[in-house]
Amino acid sequence: MSIRERLSGNEAIAVAMKQINPDVMGAFPITPSTEIPQYFSAYVDNGEVDTEFIAVESEHSAMSTCIGAQAAGARAISATSSCGLIYMAEMLYVAASDRLPITLAVSCRALSGPININNDHSDAMSVRDSGWLMLFAETNQEAYDNYLQAMRIGEAVSLPIMICQDGFITSHAIENIELVEDDKVKAFVGEYQPQHYLLKKDSAMAVGAYATPVYYMESKRQQAQAMLDAKDVIRQVAKEFAEMTGREYGLIEKYRMEDAEEAIVIIGSSAGTAKAAIEQLRAQGRKVGLVKIRSFRPFPAEDLAEALKDVKSFAVMDKSDSFNAHCGPLFAETAAALYAAGVTGPKGISYIYGLGGRDVRVESICKVFDDLLEISRTGDVGDTYRYLDVRE
Amino acid sequence: MSWKASEMTPDVKWQDLTPGCAIFEGGTSAAVQTGDWRTMKPVLHADKCKQCLLCVPVCPDLSIPMQADGKRGDFDYFFCKGCGICANVCPFGAIEMVKDEK
Repeated sequence: MSIRERLSGNEAIAVAMKQINPDVMGAFPITPSTEIPQYFSAYVDNGEVDTEFIAVESEHSAMSTCIGAQAAGARAISATSSCGLIYMAEMLYVAASDRLPITLAVSCRALSGPININNDHSDAMSVRDSGWLMLFAETNQEAYDNYLQAMRIGEAVSLPIMICQDGFITSHAIENIELVEDDKVKAFVGEYQPQHYLLKKDSAMAVGAYATPVYYMESKRQQAQAMLDAKDVIRQVAKEFAEMTGREYGLIEKYRMEDAEEAIVIIGSSAGTAKAAIEQLRAQGRKVGLVKIRSFRPFPAEDLAEALKDVKSFAVMDKSDSFNAHCGPLFAETAAALYAAGVTGPKGISYIYGLGGRDVRVESICKVFDDLLEISRTGDVGDTYRYLDVRE
Repeated sequence: MSWKASEMTPDVKWQDLTPGCAIFEGGTSAAVQTGDWRTMKPVLHADKCKQCLLCVPVCPDLSIPMQADGKRGDFDYFFCKGCGICANVCPFGAIEMVKDEK
């Protein structure tokens, strides 16, 4: 029997870490992810895990610690947010290009400035090209479930993986949650058994080699292949996870999309708010639906194009801005996915929302659907770059 | 897979690189010629050299080989980048920096 609990998203991640019992954690505190290493260091202190907890002086060092540990043959983890994540940025690229399957929990938070500790996705989106796998959670349960699947995915393709959730909204809110029993977690996640690692006896290895122009591009092509291969791995691991728990996951989640004429694409906790809005509008006879992105890296381009191909209009909701005077990052990739698949019928707009913890309510999402209905009716897409719930 | 540095030749395909370009041997920089970056090169005037060995430890690379008899040998230009530190520390003017004609 699974264990019924009530946990914050941060504690749920820490519990998943405890159940997995990784070898090394390198971490530095930052709001709102601080609780993760805080809870976990208590497990270390209480002897509930065998993990070597390395308290470092910065996030750059936290990720460097993980890189060294994972290259040595250990399973390494960390947790961070906001400025901490982008302070790691240099080493995130090293971890990915050295093909070290480190697991990083991210409780997403706005970047300065103005200084702000609340949720949006500008931290995660700013490292979206670092070569990490990135899964996003809508709820505490999903954050926990994604974490249990993370190492299986990362280790299968030799890429590091970020498990992202929304700072405060899920990281600090306490929700009912179903935990998997410890022995089942350990059996599901398994041991980390790399073919090669620095501490392997009688086997020399050099990590982080210099690559001249003759080799660099081949190296990157190979890294790109790992990301391509990850799509099937994520689906396969989710299938096995569903067999164990009954909870099903894909690269995306489609909600009321079967006959939808207007749809929104969204990441993270606001998907829950959007589902409530969709239920309200459906009760009024509106044909509205939602596509939630679970896997942002790899980007589910084919799944997204398939899901959106028959809608009349769609809005892509970005909890960060690219400041390109054009659109948010998720809109750019969604539009590219549709165009690459030859889907040019639906009209799309980019909505920037929820920056720095701006509350996103059911009425906010209904407003977006009203805009979409107008676009569907008139065929006039209007301004494609919009801000939601901003005073003007 | 090209497991060793010597197997990583310029015609290796991306499919055959090791993940992360990891190399499964040690000391691989010994095979990489870095001396061709040089514009100036040190020349040893053996008649002025007193074998004081001040030059040997200051070489940032492996360009001044020590011999079994405890004396320094002539320059190994395979790694020498012509930085000139050896010429600078020599008290006897036994090392002269000259333009490297290629």
